[in-house]
Amino acid sequence: MSVRFEPIVGRYMHLDLFGRKHRIYVEEAGAGTPLMCLHTAGADGRQYRALMNDERITRDHRVIAFDMPWHGKSSPPSGWHNEEYQLTSAHYTTIILEIMAALGLEQPILIGCSIGGRIALHLALEHPERFRAIIGLQAGAHVDPYYDLNFLHRPDVHGGEVAAAIVSGLVGPDAPDEARWETLWHYMQGGPGVFKGDLYFYKLDGDIRDRVAQIDTRRCPLFLLSGEYDYSCTPEETLAVAKSVPGCEATIMTGLGHFPMSENPTEFVKYLLPVLEKIGRM
Amino acid sequence: MIETLKARVNDDAALVKRGRYLSTTFLVEVGETAWLISIFEGRITSIARGPFVMPSSTFALRAPEEEWAKFWLSRPPPGSNDLMALIKRRVLKAEGDLQVFMANLRYFKEALGKLRAAGA
Repeated sequence: MSVRFEPIVGRYMHLDLFGRKHRIYVEEAGAGTPLMCLHTAGADGRQYRALMNDERITRDHRVIAFDMPWHGKSSPPSGWHNEEYQLTSAHYTTIILEIMAALGLEQPILIGCSIGGRIALHLALEHPERFRAIIGLQAGAHVDPYYDLNFLHRPDVHGGEVAAAIVSGLVGPDAPDEARWETLWHYMQGGPGVFKGDLYFYKLDGDIRDRVAQIDTRRCPLFLLSGEYDYSCTPEETLAVAKSVPGCEATIMTGLGHFPMSENPTEFVKYLLPVLEKIGRM
Repeated sequence: MIETLKARVNDDAALVKRGRYLSTTFLVEVGETAWLISIFEGRITSIARGPFVMPSSTFALRAPEEEWAKFWLSRPPPGSNDLMALIKRRVLKAEGDLQVFMANLRYFKEALGKLRAAGA
């Protein structure tokens, strides 16, 4: 019997965040310019597996994805069982910068999707010097709540089932079945209340509408890629950010949804490669 | 067209199994036309067309006819491809005891999606 191993290597990093011990799961593949990847709310770094298996990307880039605390293989910190998880802009920023420092990454390219795309806008505004370039996927300045978030965390609704059912329509219509359901499986595996806690940042705390126009793309180039079928962060919302930020380049990806790197990597990479080439020439 | 929902749902063994803990009656309004749909353990037992004098239902889904028509296209356009997309655009109103709807969200999305032109 022959088996095949992927080039991805995963490790656990021990570091202190907010004065507490954390055990953070980090995966990476490739060598070259660091490409730091941020997953969506309620999911984990597995969303970037296809990128880590694509030689067109890994031959020039060290692709890195970590599971945020409470997500994937990064367990919550000790004491979590009596706490309510709630992500804020300040916490999210600290987590990203601390993990970058711990990995010794200098000026990585940052790519983030959904909540990762939103924090990418925050980082472009507040820490542009820390990044070679920033790529926001499904990045908008704000999303109004459009359902009662309490349904995501209550004992009479299965948290995993409802999280996946809520986001299922955000996957584009052309996604291959295997990738579609793998993407939804990640949502089904989220811990109780974690998706809801992430959405506190996405829908309440992380609103950056009044400051997004202050992003200076001369200090850090900003690229936005958004799927046509995303109704959470709509193409219009991404284009509104691009319109208000001089020098920002935005592309709407035909047929794709809210999870481009995970739901349909073959199509997504067609949009990503030209952006990476452009950054490489900068 | 909604009358065909009974057979389309009940013929899908996986969908019926997914709804095995679901027994309820819900209301669907397609523009001015109301439908009461009853489910017992995942199988649709009856579909009645209004108008009703005193309809009792756990919850109701109400949208204009043209919005349902787009939702039921074989390839709906962006913004019309999912019940949550209609809710986000504020054209579908979900009202009543929504715990039943949310606890069985995948079931209801897939059941109502059965009315798409391709039948799936």
